[in-house]
Amino acid sequence: MIDVVDLTVRYGVAVALHAVNLTVAEGEMVALIGPNGAGKSTLVNTLSGIQRPAGGTVSISGRLAHVPEGRQVFPDLTVDDNLRLGGWRIRNRDTGPIYEILPGLTPLRRRRAGRLSGGEQQMVAVGRALMARPEVLAVDELSLGLAPLVVADLVRHLRELNADHGLAVLLIEQNARLALDLCSRGYVLEAGRVVAAGTAAELAASPRVADAYLGVAG
Amino acid sequence: MREFLQYLITGVGSGCVFALVGSGLVVVHRVTRVVNFAQGSFAVIAAMTASTLLASGLPHGLAEASAVAVGAGAGLLVGLVAIGRPGTPPGASLIITLGLAVFAYAVEVLIWGDQPRSFAGVPGAVEFGGVRFQAHYLLIIGATAVVFAGTAALFARTDIGRALSACASNPYAARVVGIDIVRMGLLSFGIGGALGGLAGVLVTPIQLVTFDYDVTLIVGGFAAAVFGGLMRPLHTLVGGLLLGVAQSFVAGYGNAAYQMEVALVLLLAVMMRQAARAPAAEQEPA
Ligand SMILES: Nc1ncnc2c1ncn2[C@@H]1O[C@H](COP(=O)(O)OP(=O)(O)OP(=O)(O)O)[C@@H](O)[C@H]1O
Ligand SMILES: [Mg+2]
Repeated sequence: MIDVVDLTVRYGVAVALHAVNLTVAEGEMVALIGPNGAGKSTLVNTLSGIQRPAGGTVSISGRLAHVPEGRQVFPDLTVDDNLRLGGWRIRNRDTGPIYEILPGLTPLRRRRAGRLSGGEQQMVAVGRALMARPEVLAVDELSLGLAPLVVADLVRHLRELNADHGLAVLLIEQNARLALDLCSRGYVLEAGRVVAAGTAAELAASPRVADAYLGVAG
Repeated sequence: MREFLQYLITGVGSGCVFALVGSGLVVVHRVTRVVNFAQGSFAVIAAMTASTLLASGLPHGLAEASAVAVGAGAGLLVGLVAIGRPGTPPGASLIITLGLAVFAYAVEVLIWGDQPRSFAGVPGAVEFGGVRFQAHYLLIIGATAVVFAGTAALFARTDIGRALSACASNPYAARVVGIDIVRMGLLSFGIGGALGGLAGVLVTPIQLVTFDYDVTLIVGGFAAAVFGGLMRPLHTLVGGLLLGVAQSFVAGYGNAAYQMEVALVLLLAVMMRQAARAPAAEQEPA
């Protein structure tokens, strides 16, 4: 689904990613964790074509959609119009199925997205990404600034999409526990390099991850 | 009363022209956040082109339409220079458009000389409330109504309009969903060029156009567009009409030499009012 080989990305002279390798298989849920500034968003931006690689290759089979960090709705547009723009690339403007998947959006459809709460905006961002009928979804910081109940609801939706529609997910999370609970595999990115990779259980058990990301004294 | 009506009609005519120039500014600004100071030049270029084409025997309608297309082409060219390089800050692009507006003088004088141009509009006169006025005013008013209805519908009802607005309202999100921001920006400059061009071919039959007439148009158009916060087409129409009518009354009952002052005072008043209540958040979307 996603195959990243020796990916290097630069901002001017600063190197944000050093020879990163990462894969996401069909229908798989993969976590990407790491501290602020590690290069996680840079990686997703490169996957969705916003950032150009300086070296290495990115290959994606099927459609990838991107839920950007900080939600990034179109504030002046209504929820429904936000969703419509999610289908821009594939010229799909039928928002009906999204309201079936995310019924919480239905009462909001005529509201301006900029006026919604953070959780509602995140729901819009997920719905907008789903409009592209993706086979793989890259979610940059699902839980950022959201209350636990709201996060649980979003997580439930991701699980359902994965189980019912076979949607593959690359989940970037500050909350490593949540990410490792939800995903079967994961990567740890630090200062632009993958410093650990493995199954969620392996990562959770590794002292390095437990210490730095799970708040367990190692 | 007859005088009043006469001034009113004249004012509405020039107000429509300001509004058209202003709508070009609005379209470009909505999509790119660039204030395009070359907007008046598109009108002058189209006016000059139409006069040349008509003089060379092209029929009315075709000549004006071709001139509007030339305006659109000029808009696209200005857009290419001003925003063609991804990541150019709007402030830098603004300066580029200002430079191009001055550069346009050289090109215009080279091609058409520095003498004023005019050509005939819709022939005949119409009587209304005991006042006779050129039938051409009806064309100006009708064309403006159609253009503004179209522009408002473009932004409010079409997906391309939503995508155009999305480019400036959240450029990062626009790229995330696959909107090509530079291409949308160029499209907006092209539309702006056509709107400016239309203003130019409509105004020439009621107003001599010289190469530097763009200054009058850009000041009036800017005042109209500022009335709508450089964002809203329908407010721009209202702003343009208010300005046109105000100028016409000042010229009619007072002194015709004060037209520019009227525009500048109105512009200043609107900007001061907006600065007083402008939410800072609207200036710089994160
Ligand atoms: N547009 C940019 N221009 C220059 N440097 C950038 C740019 N975007 C990111 N960087 C730098 O690249 C590095 C990686 O940034 P990135 O946003 O990918 O990190 P991140 O892992 O997503 O961090 P966070 O958890 O805070 O979101 C950082 O050092 C950052 O300062
Ligand atoms: Mg990030």
